[in-house]
Amino acid sequence: MMQLLVDGIVAASFITLGVIGLSMVFNILNFPSFAQGDQITTGAYMALAIATLFGSAGSAGGLSVGWCVIIALPCAIVLNSLLALGIDRAIYRQLRLRGASRISMIMASFGVSLMLRNVIVMFAGQDPHFFTFDIQPALRFWGIRIAVNELIVVGVTIVLVLCLHLFLSRTTLGKSMRAVAENPSLARVNGIDVDRVIRWTWIIGTGLATVAGVLLGFTVQLHPFMGFELLLPMFAALIVGGMTNIYGVLLGALLIGLVEGLTVEYLAPEYRQAAPFAAIILVLLFKPHGIFGEKA
Amino acid sequence: MDIASYLVFFSVVAGIYAITTLGLNLQWGFTGMMNVGVVGFFGVGAYAAGLLTGPDYPDSLGGLGLPPVIGYLGAMLASGIVAFIVGLLTIRLRHDFLAVATFGIAVCIQMLAMNLKPLTRGFDGMHSLPRPFASMAATPFLSNLYFLIMVLAIGGALLWALERLVRSPWGRVLRAIREDEEASAALGKYAISYRLQTFVLGSMLMGLSGALYASFMGFISPQDLLPIFTFQIFVMLIVGGSGNNFGAVVGAVVIWALWTLSETVLAAFLPPELERQASAIRVVFVGLILVLMLLYRPQGLLAERRNISASPASTSEKT
Amino acid sequence: MTATEPHLVVEHLVAGYVPDVPILRGASLLVHPGELVTVLGPNGAGKSTLIKAIAGMVPVKEGDVRVSGKSIRGIATHALVGAGVAYVPQTNNVFTRLSVEENLELGCISDIPRTRERIEETYRLFPDLARLRRLAAGRLSGGQRQMVAVGRALMARPSLIMLDEPSAGLSPKMTDMVFQKLLEVRAGGVTILLVEQNAKAALAICDRGYVLAEGRDRFTGTGAELLSSPEVGELYLGSKSRLAS
Repeated sequence: MMQLLVDGIVAASFITLGVIGLSMVFNILNFPSFAQGDQITTGAYMALAIATLFGSAGSAGGLSVGWCVIIALPCAIVLNSLLALGIDRAIYRQLRLRGASRISMIMASFGVSLMLRNVIVMFAGQDPHFFTFDIQPALRFWGIRIAVNELIVVGVTIVLVLCLHLFLSRTTLGKSMRAVAENPSLARVNGIDVDRVIRWTWIIGTGLATVAGVLLGFTVQLHPFMGFELLLPMFAALIVGGMTNIYGVLLGALLIGLVEGLTVEYLAPEYRQAAPFAAIILVLLFKPHGIFGEKA
Repeated sequence: MDIASYLVFFSVVAGIYAITTLGLNLQWGFTGMMNVGVVGFFGVGAYAAGLLTGPDYPDSLGGLGLPPVIGYLGAMLASGIVAFIVGLLTIRLRHDFLAVATFGIAVCIQMLAMNLKPLTRGFDGMHSLPRPFASMAATPFLSNLYFLIMVLAIGGALLWALERLVRSPWGRVLRAIREDEEASAALGKYAISYRLQTFVLGSMLMGLSGALYASFMGFISPQDLLPIFTFQIFVMLIVGGSGNNFGAVVGAVVIWALWTLSETVLAAFLPPELERQASAIRVVFVGLILVLMLLYRPQGLLAERRNISASPASTSEKT
Repeated sequence: MTATEPHLVVEHLVAGYVPDVPILRGASLLVHPGELVTVLGPNGAGKSTLIKAIAGMVPVKEGDVRVSGKSIRGIATHALVGAGVAYVPQTNNVFTRLSVEENLELGCISDIPRTRERIEETYRLFPDLARLRRLAAGRLSGGQRQMVAVGRALMARPSLIMLDEPSAGLSPKMTDMVFQKLLEVRAGGVTILLVEQNAKAALAICDRGYVLAEGRDRFTGTGAELLSSPEVGELYLGSKSRLAS
């Protein structure tokens, strides 16, 4: 039972890192981005490419795999953010300027999602990749087993979530983002540059997605669908937690992670995807605005 | 394959996809409901047809060996029922929730197809599904040709029926609901009932196209239920012209042509090791077309026609 | 800049949400530094549109808007604060999910180091807000929200503040209180442009007023003049009576 809880928390961590970006884009740009999952994937593969470059250069200098990835992570964050900003500039912003409907934005994100995924297949193929082939050490205590990597995942997630909370509640940019999420017009009247806030939304959301991708790649493996598979759980976390309340969303991620774990354990691993979906339907039936949400 | 056979084969598939696109046009083009689970309803229809018309497989439940036409009707019934249930659950939702929910449904349907082995034969899928007129056709080419004629007949009839439907007062209500979600919220139950009707009707068309597909290919498996299919249908509709039935058909033909042509072109230019990359390139290419269309010609090739629907009260009538 | 140079000049403004349908059809007004000028008019006259056009939120087809001699026609809304102009919208004028203090803080992002001292000054002007500072703005009453909105607008130390019907939805007692505060603000040297539906209350505190009708300025004068004018009375009350009676 405790093992289930632990596994659930690990799963929830990946969902959490991804869903923050999804929630920010949803609240500030007003559409659910179907490409959020694939941004996780691009982040992971970018880190892999950079780490491989460093590795082949660094193995001469004796750099271990761990260090290569630690150097690659910030580079991947920068690259992935630039990619996201570029996509926004070229596609979403153009649609915004033309007064496109939410549906068009959703469709465009669907297109972006497919393109990102398949560009990765073009360059890296369909087969899985790995950051390292070393066996991961595992810790055992209190009757539960947790890999060191998984512990790192949970730890990193907790730290990043705390940073996010401080950012949103203490910094001017954070408060500006909350303001824009609620009322962009009033934010402008206050002197807030909404375009700048939008840029930072992409940067922060993509940065967290990149971390999620690298951690996922490290803990499991890299393959072109790795992020896309998280999309439904992320949507579930967003809906269950109430679209507008970021803390509700975090709780939603935890719930979904646990429910997934339970499904895998008590039903069958193949039905993993059904759990978040069932959660979505159940919540929407009884609480159309999510458990912690408010009327739009 | 010679040109004639290739064209017939191409036209059948394009025709089948055109029917799917007409279904989506009803839901999204006319009523503004974003069904991101198109492939799910397609799959329900295909598997329903498989269960009804397939041979008695030794390792699973299905295969009643009924005539293909029963399969087609059963497919429409099955997808209609599923759509009704799904609709009841989701019809009140805003666009983005509806998109997410229907997306999830399609994922679940694919998952069920994969895992309910006693019913669906899982990964292996159902094979040896019959076509109508199979006994009459002397050669495979003739069999394909008869099938094409049937698809064209069905498609033509549907097109005519849909055109009449959208010009009717019923169709006007749909457009009103699409244009103004707030006003339709004020209409309350009235609007919900209309949206549900459209959802079910559109899904029945998707189910029919799934059954036709399974019948034509003679085979259906979970590999046919990937999300990319939904994407292709949306591109067909957007390129052809959302809100225009003829646009739906044109879009299906154009995009299917681009899809298959790009396969041939890429196969000619790329060495065989890069075959996997080739299909990825095709998707990127079509994705690019979608985005470009959304940016530069969102109304599609055939824009929606501002039509004056038949109304006994209006003095300037145009039927 | 001489003492008599107007602070705000609106010249023959033609503007509307949709290009072919202008709501303002050549409206003009001017406001001198330190004045409290009110804009009145029946519904549909274009009062709100006028303020929004000045704020760059409604497209302007013809005419000009100048603040301290510089044209701000078509200004990007977020540049208003930098131009010394604050705008208090009629509805949705506070961030309901943020606390009172956070709302005020956001008013001062153009000058972050001074935020703390300005917040304290705002609390001196609106003592009730100090008590409510940690509460989410959405939990406040209408009158309290209006104070937050005005306080927020003042945080950037604007030279001109524009308010769109601040009395809307308020009881007469609350309206009086808000208007008293506006007088205190004016006493601090801030120029005020006040669009109002409540003609009597607005005319009682203003220096001068304009009456808009059908997108144009029809009458102008001091508060007393407009109160006793029969034409203005007719516009509002539909007969030859006076607002003051």
